[in-house]
Amino acid sequence: MPTAETAKLIHAFAALADLGEEIAATRDFDQMVRSTLHVVLGALGIRRGAVAECDAAAGELRFVAAWGMGDDAPASLSFDPRLLEESLRDSADPAHFFERHLKSNFRAELERLKVGLVVPLVVHGELVGAIMLGGKATEEAFTPEEREVVATMARHIGVGIYNHRLLREVERRAQENRKLYEDLRAVYRNTVRAFAIAIDCKDKYTQGHSERVGKYTEIIARELGWGEEEVDDIAIGGYLHDVGKLIVDRDIINAPYKIDAKQSSELNRHPAAGFEILSPLHQIDDVIPTVARYHHERIDGRGYPEGLTGEQIPLCAKIVSAADAFDAMTTDRTYKRRKEFPEVVEDFRKTTGKQFAPEVVVALFSAILKEVDGETRERRFARLLGRDYLQPDLYRPLIVELLAELGQGERAAAETA
Amino acid sequence: MTDQAGEQPVRSERAGDVAVVYAGEYLNKLSGERVERECRRRLEEGCRALVLDFRQTGMVNSIGVSILLGVIDAAERAGASVVFSAVQHQAAQVFEMLGLTRHVRIAKNRTDALAQIANSAAVGVAPNKTK
Repeated sequence: MPTAETAKLIHAFAALADLGEEIAATRDFDQMVRSTLHVVLGALGIRRGAVAECDAAAGELRFVAAWGMGDDAPASLSFDPRLLEESLRDSADPAHFFERHLKSNFRAELERLKVGLVVPLVVHGELVGAIMLGGKATEEAFTPEEREVVATMARHIGVGIYNHRLLREVERRAQENRKLYEDLRAVYRNTVRAFAIAIDCKDKYTQGHSERVGKYTEIIARELGWGEEEVDDIAIGGYLHDVGKLIVDRDIINAPYKIDAKQSSELNRHPAAGFEILSPLHQIDDVIPTVARYHHERIDGRGYPEGLTGEQIPLCAKIVSAADAFDAMTTDRTYKRRKEFPEVVEDFRKTTGKQFAPEVVVALFSAILKEVDGETRERRFARLLGRDYLQPDLYRPLIVELLAELGQGERAAAETA
Repeated sequence: MTDQAGEQPVRSERAGDVAVVYAGEYLNKLSGERVERECRRRLEEGCRALVLDFRQTGMVNSIGVSILLGVIDAAERAGASVVFSAVQHQAAQVFEMLGLTRHVRIAKNRTDALAQIANSAAVGVAPNKTK
């Protein structure tokens, strides 16, 4: 049978173990502080108490948790922050400041709260808060041993608060960095867009083409389930896919007649030139020069510059290839009116599996179908093509039919394989 | 009585204007907060006395003690008395050591607790004061 003193010691040890567990396991700051306050109160049978966090810059002890005080606990206690600065100049220990200034400053308030024992929470020379305790349920004074128990627990609670503060600071900085990163991405995207406009200026027939290809590319990639950053990268690939045209003679690009073989050969250099321009830029994703290089390849091997077939063509290039063709079909050129939507569907029906990858065409038309069916809030095709271009009542069956056909085709291919 | 979805229920019952709340096997933060909520709910209902029954309670940790002190405080503020019943040896030692027993009455069991409350009401004894 333990003596009363031993029993108290065992209870205090158990409470210290509880304290460590609460500090380590509780992620929510307020809840952690509330639990640690409970541990201190329960360790010594104290009826009321509070833990306040110190904001030295604001000169404030902010009450984070209070127990047994009813509505008496204030939100905070204020002090002159200059006093703390001056005190720290005289002595490195903020506990001295606490003893010399704060206790007397708050005496009336502490009496009103029936607080008899106040312990500053000091970690690495920083005043992080204070713990304020009322009387014990036994109505006896605190013994020196009990004060030592409180001081020990206060050190742990101080470290808990200090660590949570560090965590908050790390989170704040991480958020700042995220914001900075987002801002830089926005600047990057806008620069790329501006560059895309510059590319299109070279071709008087295709104003806005690169930007639209970027947007269609983004839609298709998203429909294929690509992640946000991958979508961002391939969209930029879409914006810059024709960057190689910068080295092609403007007269060839803008020729109002059928160009000859030599001119055609010159024009067909633009994918390789685009790759040469973009590939030395190590800060950009590999997908961007890859798109520039292979966006004129065809599934059947009749494309250029390398005549790759099927799986040899990177998926990113297949996506931009379809986006590029879709925009070419659906925009007016000086020498040619754009195709009506049924013709576009028919063109893709004929060329899918020859020029275009079926999964990419399926993604493109699935995205269109979703917009036609009102499943997407953003009406991106309507904005790019004009409101009246896609007529849901008339054209929806065509899209469904094409998708069914491509779906069957894919299944059949899979079965054969 | 279940007070929060998905949580272990805290058993309690009314006997006139007395509420009997049964603590679980281990009174710690989670179970203590549930007991506390139930006690506060009963006080808000207008109960004039709380019987906290500890027949199943083998252990009470520091947070459990603090929460019980809060329940005693809330009862005092509401003018209600608190009786601890069927307290087992280990918990009784903790309650005695930390002074909780100065603010509540102790009863052997629930029946004894209800009888104590009835008697004190008959002779007009102030709640919780046993000194």
